[in-house]
Amino acid sequence: MRVFNSSSISWRQFKDRAFFIGVCALSLIMVAPLFAIIGEVIQKGYKQINLYFFTEIAPSTLDAMLAKGTGDIIPGGIANGIVGTLIMVGVAAIIAIPVGIMGGVYLAEKPKSLFSIIVKFLTDLIQGTPSIIVGIIAYSVIVVPLGSYSAIAGSIALSVMMLPLIVRSTEETLKMLPTSLKEAGLALGSSYTNVVLQILLPSAFSGLFTGILLAISRVLGETAPLMMTALGSSTINWNLENPTSAVPLLIWEFYNDPNLIELIWSSSLFLLILILILNLIAKYIVDKSVK
Amino acid sequence: MRDKIFKILLLLSAFIIIIICGGMFYFLVMGSTEAFGHFGVLDFISSSEWDPNPDREQYGALSFILGTIMTSFLALLFCIPFSLPVALFNGEYFKGKKIATLMSTIVNLLAGIPSVIYGLWGFYTLRPIIMSLGLSEQGFGILTASLVLAIMIIPYAASLSAEFISMVSTDLKEAAYSLGATRFEVIKSVVFSSSASGIFASYILALGRALGETMAVTMLIGNTNNIPTALSDTGNTMASVIANQFGEASDLRLSSLIAIGLILFLITAVINFTGKMIIKRFN
Repeated sequence: MRVFNSSSISWRQFKDRAFFIGVCALSLIMVAPLFAIIGEVIQKGYKQINLYFFTEIAPSTLDAMLAKGTGDIIPGGIANGIVGTLIMVGVAAIIAIPVGIMGGVYLAEKPKSLFSIIVKFLTDLIQGTPSIIVGIIAYSVIVVPLGSYSAIAGSIALSVMMLPLIVRSTEETLKMLPTSLKEAGLALGSSYTNVVLQILLPSAFSGLFTGILLAISRVLGETAPLMMTALGSSTINWNLENPTSAVPLLIWEFYNDPNLIELIWSSSLFLLILILILNLIAKYIVDKSVK
Repeated sequence: MRDKIFKILLLLSAFIIIIICGGMFYFLVMGSTEAFGHFGVLDFISSSEWDPNPDREQYGALSFILGTIMTSFLALLFCIPFSLPVALFNGEYFKGKKIATLMSTIVNLLAGIPSVIYGLWGFYTLRPIIMSLGLSEQGFGILTASLVLAIMIIPYAASLSAEFISMVSTDLKEAAYSLGATRFEVIKSVVFSSSASGIFASYILALGRALGETMAVTMLIGNTNNIPTALSDTGNTMASVIANQFGEASDLRLSSLIAIGLILFLITAVINFTGKMIIKRFN
């Protein structure tokens, strides 16, 4: 009799155990990159973060070289990037949120029509489109006709990336609401507009809000489309028609300039914290609404 | 009256999606006509020459198409042994438990990290490791880019396949248990076989992600215009060559880059469509 008969119960249980341990081990390994990345960014970046980091613009290469020569930390901050990111993401949100929510309402209200099926298909298509291609389009449609790189071109590129996420999350959330809610509103004699605006959307608020937060957090770190639209700027710019900086653009610039390299970590830390907070808030809202 | 206007507004908002898609396709095609007209579509795709020298400008997309395919498939290969366990962890072994929620939160956060930060991490942490292992002299290249790409697509593959794995009917699993199967045997013969097409679709969608990733790849692949033949070779992907050269390009070169964008757009569209169709069938 063989000890390890392939069908013996002990061998089968051993395989079961081994597989389970393997699954857990490999899953745990997957946790490592998150902590490795966050750990590295915090460890290398926290020293540069002070008040000036938020109030001053990115230093010139010369200033950074002088500071490094005397052993000081590099002066200046990323105010031009923070302002640019806030403006561009803000304008993108102002464009994408109303259009996305209304488009999502349409899809949820008429789920079976051919038009809706086409729109859903195309929404997925936009969502899967690489961001660099959105950048090419925004460049051809806005930068070329206007003759200059601009914040508005960046905003439009970002809004195109946000739109499919908001449309789909609105649609999914509305589909989960009971039909009786809508029927009750209509039976009480309120108009269709009021039913949507005062009953459906408020009841779906947590779902919509989560979708919006995730859409914003997804575009906060976008670099490639902004390189082709907003370009970057060494000063704080409030004008939508001028080239504008953004935090991810600054990270890219610092990465390419050996004298400013120390600043990439603090800028990344800032961006990462912003994104993590948005994600955690979104998750908190989802958990709360599930309970 | 008010309802009518409101309904038209809703319709218009949905219509904007169609306009955006139509516009994207139109501007990509218009932008690439110069390059396609100059070189011919087939020659452009099958030529690997990329020479911006103004006297004898010559552009072809082949090395970038191959670079993209190599990095994406390698990333997928590296991604499977990790995303499948995570999917089983969340969708089968600890389904509905707190630890699965924690795990999926971590995986989702991993998906939220911007591409440019993955690029930095790849440059400063992974590249030295690759160099010290002697896998590549400078640490740039196909292997480094694929490894970082794999970490970037694992969250998508894992969370999607976890969903399909958790949808496997309990009746089927219990039937197998009642026949005396161990958990491993249930997973192997019931869970995998009834969620196989869903898991497959998750990998196709993850591949779609990998094809278009730009910043991290641009920072790690080495940016050379040649057909990579080994893991340690440097190269360029379609996305990385656009990111690298778009700012300095004009005329024929710009049009060639947009043509590469059009090819990338079509490839990702087909890949994503295939994945979505398989999922639709599965449901």
